[in-house]
Amino acid sequence: MGLDDHAIIIPVSKPSKGSAGRTGLWRVERPVILEDRCIKCWLCWLYCPEDVITEGANGFPEVDYTFCKGCGVCADVCPKDAIEMVEEKL
Amino acid sequence: MTITIHDLRKLPGSYMPGSAACPGCGATLAFRLVSRALGPNTVYIVPACCFSVIQAPYPKSAISAPLYNIAFAAAAATASGVHRAYKAVNKDVNVVVWAGDGGTVDIGIQALSGAAERKEDLIYVCYDNEAYMNTGIQRSGATPLKAWTKTTPTGKREMPKDMPMILAAHRVPYVATASVGYPFDLVNKFEKAKNIRGFKYIHILSPCPPGWDFPVEKTAEVGKLAVDTYFWPLYEIEGGKLKITVKPRKRPLKEFIRLQGRFRTITDEEIDELEKIVMEKWQFLEHLEKSERVF
Amino acid sequence: MGKEGKWEIITGNHAAAIAAKLSRVKVVPAYPITPQTTIVEYIASFIDSGQMDAEYIRVESEHSAMAAAIGASAAGVRTFTATASQGLLLMSEVLHWAAGSRLPIGMAVVNRAVGPPWNIHVDHQDTMSQRDTGWIQIYVSSNQEVLDTILMMYKVAENPDVLLPFMVCLDGFVLSHTYMPVNIPPQEEVDVFLPPYNPTHWKLDPTSPITFGNLALPDEYQEMRWSMDLAMRRALDIIEDVTEEFFERFGRYHGGAVWKYKLQESDYAVVTMGTMASEAEVAVDELREEGIDVGLLKIRSFRPFPHRDISETLIDKRGVIVIDRSIAFSSGGPIGTEIRSSLYNLADRPPVVNYVTGLGGRDITHQDIIAMVKDAIGRITSRRIRRPYYWFKLKPEFERIEISEEVRL
Repeated sequence: MGLDDHAIIIPVSKPSKGSAGRTGLWRVERPVILEDRCIKCWLCWLYCPEDVITEGANGFPEVDYTFCKGCGVCADVCPKDAIEMVEEKL
Repeated sequence: MTITIHDLRKLPGSYMPGSAACPGCGATLAFRLVSRALGPNTVYIVPACCFSVIQAPYPKSAISAPLYNIAFAAAAATASGVHRAYKAVNKDVNVVVWAGDGGTVDIGIQALSGAAERKEDLIYVCYDNEAYMNTGIQRSGATPLKAWTKTTPTGKREMPKDMPMILAAHRVPYVATASVGYPFDLVNKFEKAKNIRGFKYIHILSPCPPGWDFPVEKTAEVGKLAVDTYFWPLYEIEGGKLKITVKPRKRPLKEFIRLQGRFRTITDEEIDELEKIVMEKWQFLEHLEKSERVF
Repeated sequence: MGKEGKWEIITGNHAAAIAAKLSRVKVVPAYPITPQTTIVEYIASFIDSGQMDAEYIRVESEHSAMAAAIGASAAGVRTFTATASQGLLLMSEVLHWAAGSRLPIGMAVVNRAVGPPWNIHVDHQDTMSQRDTGWIQIYVSSNQEVLDTILMMYKVAENPDVLLPFMVCLDGFVLSHTYMPVNIPPQEEVDVFLPPYNPTHWKLDPTSPITFGNLALPDEYQEMRWSMDLAMRRALDIIEDVTEEFFERFGRYHGGAVWKYKLQESDYAVVTMGTMASEAEVAVDELREEGIDVGLLKIRSFRPFPHRDISETLIDKRGVIVIDRSIAFSSGGPIGTEIRSSLYNLADRPPVVNYVTGLGGRDITHQDIIAMVKDAIGRITSRRIRRPYYWFKLKPEFERIEISEEVRL
């Protein structure tokens, strides 16, 4: 790499998961999907402010705990009480 | 055409998990939905606001769409320049301003009004958390009457500006209000806006757990209650014709107010007063709905 | 040399508008202000009559004019605007933003005093107050130079080693509203000289999902500013190259970063900018007839500042007389300060006498310049340079206060 490859530094950022780090570490409670109650209405997905809910291999909602901040909106909007907020232990 | 949750899930969004947003952020929820509705042929212009920080620091970004950060007062003008440049080279792109309430109703109102008057082909979005939240909760021209902020420690004494109506008075082709508590109404308004030529203004109520002081899991619920208590009516004005898009579920205003710490000093009598103001506005909207044209 | 141009007798503002048209700019956001107004009127008429293929944005303020220029340039097209005085000051915030975004926007600034009180006449306070925004600043002294410099500066600004915005500064009324013969080069010649703008460093493109300008922490920020400074310094050589190329194609030369007139083996040098440099040329001729051996160094490029060229040119002088048309209150004239900075570390540096004058359009003729040169030579030969700068052409009652201030030293 030549000297000049570094000459122009432009504040261009690339999209990236975890741009603010492993935000899952902010969590004090984790949402746990109770699959026996879940009706796959996907309201949890719809309202998740962090976009961490996806469809798991078994077809049920799955939470990306690496980045889930534990706000609990998903549990609050769930019409079937199928998401339980469980305290994180150190 | 009305979008379903299954349609929405198939659409690609432009928000990547692990941003610097607070837990329960109404603004990221709004952005997730809006970016899905608008699709990939979209560029965003963002003035100083919570989203300047939410993107997280260089060289990473939580936004996977082209996004240009610009000075606080400049968003609508910068977006005008972007749109005209694309027009000059025959490129058809959704040019979207994504601004907070400070950048919209206060410091950015001049550029916004200018762009609206010129009928620039843009979608201007105000995600409204009703105060300067990024600088740590100071009042804005969008902060409601009686709300606590750090610069209104005994409650705000003025009514907020009615920004959607100010824009409607510019006779732009599309103006709408929205709330993250009514996501389908929100998404449908963006679906509509992207197919209208000219200036589009969409004002999204975006509840803020730390700024409004409500439990972090209540973002959607607060956004819904704002509508159902008539506090934040959902309507659109298309070609001058007003239409109420969601009928509130007739809940007392108290339910919305008492969920939030920012109204903690408000008395029951004051809530009654506020409710009167809110209902007058609602009746005014119902009256407008009957008119051929609002403006 | 290519095809001949066409002679027209036009104002400096008309020349600036024609330069924008010849440069094939695609977007022009503009807001009128005296004495810039006719530039944006000419451009509006060019576009509306179909002579110019560009989008005109009739913005509601200069802040928005620059913000829209930023948007257009970020979207990847060549962009032009023009302003003056208060308008430039209102842009200040977004001037920094344009440079930090490395967008080669072009702008004509018609120099005008700043208020209060209202004054529409020339001085350089407006552009001098924006000298550290990261914009290239070129000061010109004829209408031909207005036109030619705008063409040249797009080529400089869009060079991959530069990528900074530029302002071409022309003196209010003295150039903006004065008719002079100007040779308008043929479009096809300009097209060869200045190919279309095609940014490769970055642009706002729906197919390229990048975020521009989000937070940069202390660990990252400083190098971005260093990079702008490096580009500004490198622009000096590129200005010389482009000037040479322009001369080869169009046969005109106004100087590169500086213009030197009878400087070789002169005892003294006058340094100034803009139309005062044209007056200074006349003053030099008259002084030489009187036997006073003086030459002129006109600074065209104030940003980038040509330190090396200046120190090499001025090192052998017995004295340097710097005439500024703006005031850095209590510090002096901005050019005077820069010239001292160029010379200070040289072992045998010449003394510098700095005059601040011509504010708010006060007329500075070649006779005034002769008077300043003689005053300066008197001070230099009698070693009486007691102050970093002197006011010139104050009314006598105020001149007396200045002299008593000097006595108190």
